[in-house]
Amino acid sequence: MNQLDKKKKVLLISSSGGHWIEMRRLEVAFENFEKCYISTNPNYHQSITEGKFYAVPDASMWDKFHLLGQALKIFFLLLYLRPDVVISTGAAPGFFGLFFAKKMKIKTIWVDSLANVEQLSLSGQKVKPYADLWLTQWEHLSTPEGPYFHGAVL
Amino acid sequence: MIFVSVGSQLPFDRLIKTIDDWAATHQNETVFAQIGNSSFIPQNIEFCETIDPINYSKRIKDADLIIAHAGTGTIITALELGIPLLIMPRLAEKGEHRNNHQLATVKRFLNFPLIKVVEDETLLLSTLNQMLKDKTLNTDKVKTTVSEKLITTIKNFISE
Repeated sequence: MNQLDKKKKVLLISSSGGHWIEMRRLEVAFENFEKCYISTNPNYHQSITEGKFYAVPDASMWDKFHLLGQALKIFFLLLYLRPDVVISTGAAPGFFGLFFAKKMKIKTIWVDSLANVEQLSLSGQKVKPYADLWLTQWEHLSTPEGPYFHGAVL
Repeated sequence: MIFVSVGSQLPFDRLIKTIDDWAATHQNETVFAQIGNSSFIPQNIEFCETIDPINYSKRIKDADLIIAHAGTGTIITALELGIPLLIMPRLAEKGEHRNNHQLATVKRFLNFPLIKVVEDETLLLSTLNQMLKDKTLNTDKVKTTVSEKLITTIKNFISE
Protein backbone atom coordinates (compact mmCIF):
# COMPACT_ATOMS: atom_id res chain seq x y z
CA MET A 1 0.00 0.00 0.00
CA ASN A 2 1.26 3.43 -0.87
CA GLN A 3 2.08 5.56 2.15
CA LEU A 4 -0.29 8.24 0.87
CA ASP A 5 -3.19 5.80 0.79
CA LYS A 6 -2.77 4.93 4.43
CA LYS A 7 -5.72 6.12 6.50
CA LYS A 8 -4.96 8.62 9.22
CA LYS A 9 -5.73 7.51 12.74
CA VAL A 10 -7.63 9.37 15.45
CA LEU A 11 -7.69 8.51 19.14
CA LEU A 12 -10.87 9.54 20.96
CA ILE A 13 -10.28 9.52 24.70
CA SER A 14 -12.52 10.48 27.63
CA SER A 15 -13.81 9.37 31.00
CA SER A 16 -17.18 7.61 31.20
CA GLY A 17 -20.71 9.04 31.25
CA GLY A 18 -21.46 12.47 29.78
CA HIS A 19 -17.90 13.08 28.58
CA TRP A 20 -18.10 9.89 26.52
CA ILE A 21 -21.54 10.64 25.08
CA GLU A 22 -20.47 14.18 24.12
CA MET A 23 -17.26 12.88 22.54
CA ARG A 24 -19.06 10.27 20.43
CA ARG A 25 -21.05 13.10 18.85
CA LEU A 26 -17.80 14.56 17.48
CA GLU A 27 -16.98 11.37 15.56
CA VAL A 28 -18.61 12.70 12.39
CA ALA A 29 -15.61 15.01 11.96
CA PHE A 30 -13.40 11.93 11.46
CA GLU A 31 -15.27 10.02 8.76
CA ASN A 32 -12.13 9.11 6.77
CA PHE A 33 -10.04 8.24 9.80
CA GLU A 34 -9.25 4.93 11.39
CA LYS A 35 -10.64 5.25 14.92
CA CYS A 36 -9.50 4.02 18.30
CA TYR A 37 -11.00 4.75 21.70
CA ILE A 38 -9.90 4.94 25.31
CA SER A 39 -12.27 5.30 28.27
CA THR A 40 -12.67 4.16 31.87
CA ASN A 41 -15.71 1.87 31.53
CA PRO A 42 -14.68 -1.51 30.01
CA ASN A 43 -18.26 -2.14 28.85
CA TYR A 44 -18.06 0.72 26.37
CA HIS A 45 -16.52 -1.62 23.78
CA GLN A 46 -20.14 -2.74 23.20
CA SER A 47 -21.06 0.63 21.75
CA ILE A 48 -18.20 0.80 19.25
CA THR A 49 -19.14 -0.02 15.66
CA GLU A 50 -15.72 0.45 14.07
CA GLY A 51 -12.24 0.68 15.51
CA LYS A 52 -10.70 -0.65 18.69
CA PHE A 53 -11.50 0.13 22.32
CA TYR A 54 -9.11 0.16 25.27
CA ALA A 55 -10.09 0.59 28.94
CA VAL A 56 -7.95 2.44 31.48
CA PRO A 57 -8.36 2.64 35.29
CA ASP A 58 -10.92 5.14 36.55
CA ALA A 59 -9.59 8.14 38.46
CA SER A 60 -10.46 11.78 38.98
CA MET A 61 -8.11 14.75 39.12
CA TRP A 62 -8.49 14.52 42.93
CA ASP A 63 -7.27 10.95 43.25
CA LYS A 64 -3.48 10.91 42.84
CA PHE A 65 -2.84 7.19 43.25
CA HIS A 66 -5.23 5.95 40.58
CA LEU A 67 -4.30 8.87 38.36
CA LEU A 68 -0.77 7.55 38.11
CA GLY A 69 -1.93 4.10 36.94
CA GLN A 70 -4.27 5.72 34.47
CA ALA A 71 -1.55 8.05 33.12
CA LEU A 72 0.93 5.19 32.63
CA LYS A 73 -1.54 3.05 30.73
CA ILE A 74 -2.48 5.97 28.49
CA PHE A 75 1.20 6.67 27.82
CA PHE A 76 1.87 3.09 26.71
CA LEU A 77 -1.32 2.95 24.64
CA LEU A 78 -0.27 6.12 22.82
CA LEU A 79 3.15 4.60 22.06
CA TYR A 80 1.42 1.49 20.74
CA LEU A 81 -1.38 3.18 18.80
CA ARG A 82 0.60 6.11 17.35
CA PRO A 83 -2.47 8.16 16.28
CA ASP A 84 -2.23 11.26 14.05
CA VAL A 85 -4.82 13.17 16.11
CA VAL A 86 -6.00 12.91 19.73
CA ILE A 87 -9.35 14.44 20.72
CA SER A 88 -11.04 14.62 24.14
CA THR A 89 -14.00 16.13 25.98
CA GLY A 90 -12.45 15.41 29.41
CA ALA A 91 -11.66 14.70 32.02
CA ALA A 92 -8.50 13.20 33.57
CA PRO A 93 -7.90 10.58 30.82
CA GLY A 94 -8.29 13.30 28.21
CA PHE A 95 -5.77 15.50 29.99
CA PHE A 96 -3.17 12.70 29.97
CA GLY A 97 -4.02 11.77 26.40
CA LEU A 98 -3.32 15.31 25.20
CA PHE A 99 -0.33 15.79 27.52
CA PHE A 100 1.57 12.76 26.16
CA ALA A 101 0.34 13.26 22.59
CA LYS A 102 1.73 16.80 22.53
CA LYS A 103 5.17 15.48 23.64
CA MET A 104 4.99 12.97 20.77
CA LYS A 105 4.16 15.76 18.29
CA ILE A 106 0.65 14.40 17.68
CA LYS A 107 -2.12 16.93 16.90
CA THR A 108 -4.34 17.53 19.92
CA ILE A 109 -7.94 18.78 20.30
CA TRP A 110 -9.77 19.60 23.54
CA VAL A 111 -13.51 20.26 23.55
CA ASP A 112 -14.48 21.11 27.13
CA SER A 113 -17.67 19.40 28.35
CA LEU A 114 -21.05 21.12 28.26
CA ALA A 115 -21.30 20.34 31.97
CA ASN A 116 -18.92 23.20 32.72
CA VAL A 117 -21.02 26.29 32.33
CA GLU A 118 -19.60 28.74 34.85
CA GLN A 119 -15.94 28.00 34.36
CA LEU A 120 -13.79 25.65 32.34
CA SER A 121 -13.28 22.21 33.94
CA LEU A 122 -10.15 21.68 36.03
CA SER A 123 -8.71 19.34 33.39
CA GLY A 124 -9.75 21.83 30.71
CA GLN A 125 -7.75 24.60 32.38
CA LYS A 126 -4.69 22.43 32.96
CA VAL A 127 -4.66 21.07 29.42
CA LYS A 128 -4.24 24.50 27.79
CA PRO A 129 -0.47 24.20 27.01
CA TYR A 130 -1.00 20.78 25.41
CA ALA A 131 -4.10 21.48 23.32
CA ASP A 132 -3.37 22.62 19.72
CA LEU A 133 -7.07 23.34 19.34
CA TRP A 134 -8.59 24.41 22.67
CA LEU A 135 -12.39 24.76 22.66
CA THR A 136 -15.25 25.43 25.06
CA GLN A 137 -18.89 24.70 24.24
CA TRP A 138 -20.01 27.90 25.97
CA GLU A 139 -19.63 31.21 24.18
CA HIS A 140 -19.39 33.20 27.42
CA LEU A 141 -16.36 31.16 28.55
CA SER A 142 -14.38 31.88 25.37
CA THR A 143 -11.64 34.53 25.31
CA PRO A 144 -9.46 35.91 22.47
CA GLU A 145 -6.54 33.84 23.84
CA GLY A 146 -8.70 30.72 24.11
CA PRO A 147 -10.52 28.64 24.82
CA TYR A 148 -12.41 29.34 21.60
CA PHE A 149 -16.09 28.82 20.92
CA HIS A 150 -17.29 27.31 17.61
CA GLY A 151 -20.53 25.64 18.72
CA ALA A 152 -21.63 22.73 20.88
CA VAL A 153 -22.55 19.05 20.54
CA LEU A 154 -26.25 19.85 20.93
CA MET B 1 -41.68 2.70 32.59
CA ILE B 2 -39.78 5.35 34.50
CA PHE B 3 -36.01 5.23 34.11
CA VAL B 4 -33.94 6.86 36.84
CA SER B 5 -30.23 7.57 36.44
CA VAL B 6 -27.69 9.30 38.66
CA GLY B 7 -24.64 8.66 36.48
CA SER B 8 -21.66 6.43 37.02
CA GLN B 9 -19.50 8.50 39.33
CA LEU B 10 -21.27 9.40 42.56
CA PRO B 11 -24.37 8.26 44.47
CA PHE B 12 -27.34 10.62 44.74
CA ASP B 13 -29.41 9.15 47.55
CA ARG B 14 -31.67 12.19 48.00
CA LEU B 15 -33.07 11.53 44.52
CA ILE B 16 -33.21 7.73 44.80
CA LYS B 17 -34.85 7.73 48.28
CA THR B 18 -37.53 10.15 47.13
CA ILE B 19 -38.39 8.03 44.09
CA ASP B 20 -38.26 4.81 46.13
CA ASP B 21 -40.74 6.23 48.68
CA TRP B 22 -42.96 7.52 45.89
CA ALA B 23 -42.95 4.08 44.22
CA ALA B 24 -44.32 2.48 47.42
CA THR B 25 -47.59 4.31 46.91
CA HIS B 26 -47.60 4.15 43.09
CA GLN B 27 -47.27 0.44 42.44
CA ASN B 28 -48.89 0.64 39.02
CA GLU B 29 -45.76 2.47 37.75
CA THR B 30 -42.68 0.43 36.88
CA VAL B 31 -39.45 2.12 37.94
CA PHE B 32 -35.90 1.11 37.07
CA ALA B 33 -33.05 3.02 38.70
CA GLN B 34 -29.31 3.15 38.16
CA ILE B 35 -28.19 4.29 41.60
CA GLY B 36 -24.38 4.38 41.49
CA ASN B 37 -22.08 3.24 44.28
CA SER B 38 -24.62 3.90 47.04
CA SER B 39 -25.09 2.53 50.56
CA PHE B 40 -28.85 3.08 50.29
CA ILE B 41 -30.79 0.00 49.17
CA PRO B 42 -34.12 0.82 47.45
CA GLN B 43 -37.07 -1.28 48.68
CA ASN B 44 -39.76 -0.59 46.11
CA ILE B 45 -38.04 -0.31 42.75
CA GLU B 46 -35.81 -2.41 40.52
CA PHE B 47 -32.25 -1.04 40.51
CA CYS B 48 -28.60 -1.58 39.56
CA GLU B 49 -25.36 0.11 40.57
CA THR B 50 -24.04 0.77 37.07
CA ILE B 51 -25.35 -0.24 33.68
CA ASP B 52 -23.53 -1.26 30.52
CA PRO B 53 -24.28 0.46 27.17
CA ILE B 54 -26.38 -2.38 25.72
CA ASN B 55 -28.69 -2.61 28.73
CA TYR B 56 -28.76 1.17 29.03
CA SER B 57 -30.00 1.54 25.45
CA LYS B 58 -32.60 -1.21 25.93
CA ARG B 59 -33.96 0.18 29.18
CA ILE B 60 -34.00 3.81 28.20
CA LYS B 61 -35.81 3.18 24.88
CA ASP B 62 -38.70 1.68 26.86
CA ALA B 63 -38.94 4.66 29.19
CA ASP B 64 -41.93 7.03 29.13
CA LEU B 65 -40.10 9.36 31.50
CA ILE B 66 -36.52 9.78 32.66
CA ILE B 67 -35.64 11.19 36.08
CA ALA B 68 -31.99 12.11 36.56
CA HIS B 69 -29.27 14.30 38.00
CA ALA B 70 -28.07 17.08 35.70
CA GLY B 71 -25.61 14.94 33.76
CA THR B 72 -25.01 15.88 30.13
CA GLY B 73 -25.00 12.22 29.04
CA THR B 74 -28.56 11.66 30.22
CA ILE B 75 -29.70 15.03 28.89
CA ILE B 76 -28.32 14.34 25.40
CA THR B 77 -29.78 10.82 25.38
CA ALA B 78 -33.24 12.00 26.48
CA LEU B 79 -33.29 14.74 23.83
CA GLU B 80 -32.12 12.34 21.10
CA LEU B 81 -34.84 9.85 21.94
CA GLY B 82 -37.48 12.50 22.57
CA ILE B 83 -38.27 11.23 26.07
CA PRO B 84 -39.48 13.71 28.73
CA LEU B 85 -36.81 14.34 31.34
CA LEU B 86 -37.16 15.47 34.93
CA ILE B 87 -33.92 16.82 36.40
CA MET B 88 -32.91 17.48 39.99
CA PRO B 89 -29.37 18.91 40.13
CA ARG B 90 -26.83 17.70 42.69
CA LEU B 91 -25.90 20.17 45.42
CA ALA B 92 -22.37 20.58 46.77
CA GLU B 93 -23.62 21.63 50.22
CA LYS B 94 -25.36 18.27 50.58
CA GLY B 95 -22.16 16.44 49.61
CA GLU B 96 -23.61 15.31 46.29
CA HIS B 97 -20.81 16.70 44.13
CA ARG B 98 -17.55 18.59 44.48
CA ASN B 99 -19.14 21.85 43.33
CA ASN B 100 -22.44 23.29 42.14
CA HIS B 101 -21.77 23.05 38.39
CA GLN B 102 -24.98 21.03 37.91
CA LEU B 103 -27.03 24.08 38.96
CA ALA B 104 -25.37 26.01 36.14
CA THR B 105 -25.75 23.18 33.62
CA VAL B 106 -29.53 23.06 34.01
CA LYS B 107 -29.95 26.76 33.24
CA ARG B 108 -28.97 25.95 29.65
CA PHE B 109 -31.86 23.47 29.37
CA LEU B 110 -34.68 25.35 31.08
CA ASN B 111 -36.35 26.26 27.78
CA PHE B 112 -36.42 22.77 26.28
CA PRO B 113 -40.05 21.62 26.09
CA LEU B 114 -39.24 18.05 27.10
CA ILE B 115 -37.18 19.03 30.14
CA LYS B 116 -38.37 20.04 33.61
CA VAL B 117 -35.94 21.11 36.29
CA VAL B 118 -36.70 21.03 40.03
CA GLU B 119 -34.63 22.19 42.94
CA ASP B 120 -35.84 19.96 45.76
CA GLU B 121 -37.64 16.72 46.64
CA THR B 122 -41.05 18.31 47.18
CA LEU B 123 -41.02 19.87 43.72
CA LEU B 124 -39.63 16.63 42.31
CA LEU B 125 -42.72 14.74 43.46
CA SER B 126 -45.28 17.34 42.40
CA THR B 127 -43.64 17.73 38.98
CA LEU B 128 -43.36 13.96 38.56
CA ASN B 129 -47.09 13.54 39.22
CA GLN B 130 -47.85 16.40 36.83
CA MET B 131 -45.66 14.96 34.07
CA LEU B 132 -47.30 11.56 34.33
CA LYS B 133 -50.72 13.18 34.01
CA ASP B 134 -49.65 15.43 31.15
CA LYS B 135 -49.87 13.16 28.12
CA THR B 136 -49.20 15.96 25.65
CA LEU B 137 -45.63 16.21 26.82
CA ASN B 138 -44.56 13.12 24.91
CA THR B 139 -45.46 14.33 21.44
CA ASP B 140 -42.69 16.54 20.11
CA LYS B 141 -39.44 14.83 19.39
CA VAL B 142 -36.75 17.48 19.70
CA LYS B 143 -34.12 17.14 17.05
CA THR B 144 -30.73 17.91 18.49
CA THR B 145 -27.75 18.07 16.23
CA VAL B 146 -24.09 18.78 16.67
CA SER B 147 -23.17 22.31 15.62
CA GLU B 148 -21.96 22.24 11.99
CA LYS B 149 -19.47 24.97 12.71
CA LEU B 150 -17.88 22.87 15.45
CA ILE B 151 -17.47 19.89 13.12
CA THR B 152 -16.10 22.13 10.31
CA THR B 153 -13.62 23.72 12.73
CA ILE B 154 -12.32 20.28 13.74
CA LYS B 155 -12.23 19.04 10.12
CA ASN B 156 -10.27 22.09 8.97
CA PHE B 157 -7.88 21.76 11.89
CA ILE B 158 -7.07 18.10 11.20
CA SER B 159 -6.55 18.63 7.48
CA GLU B 160 -4.12 21.52 8.03
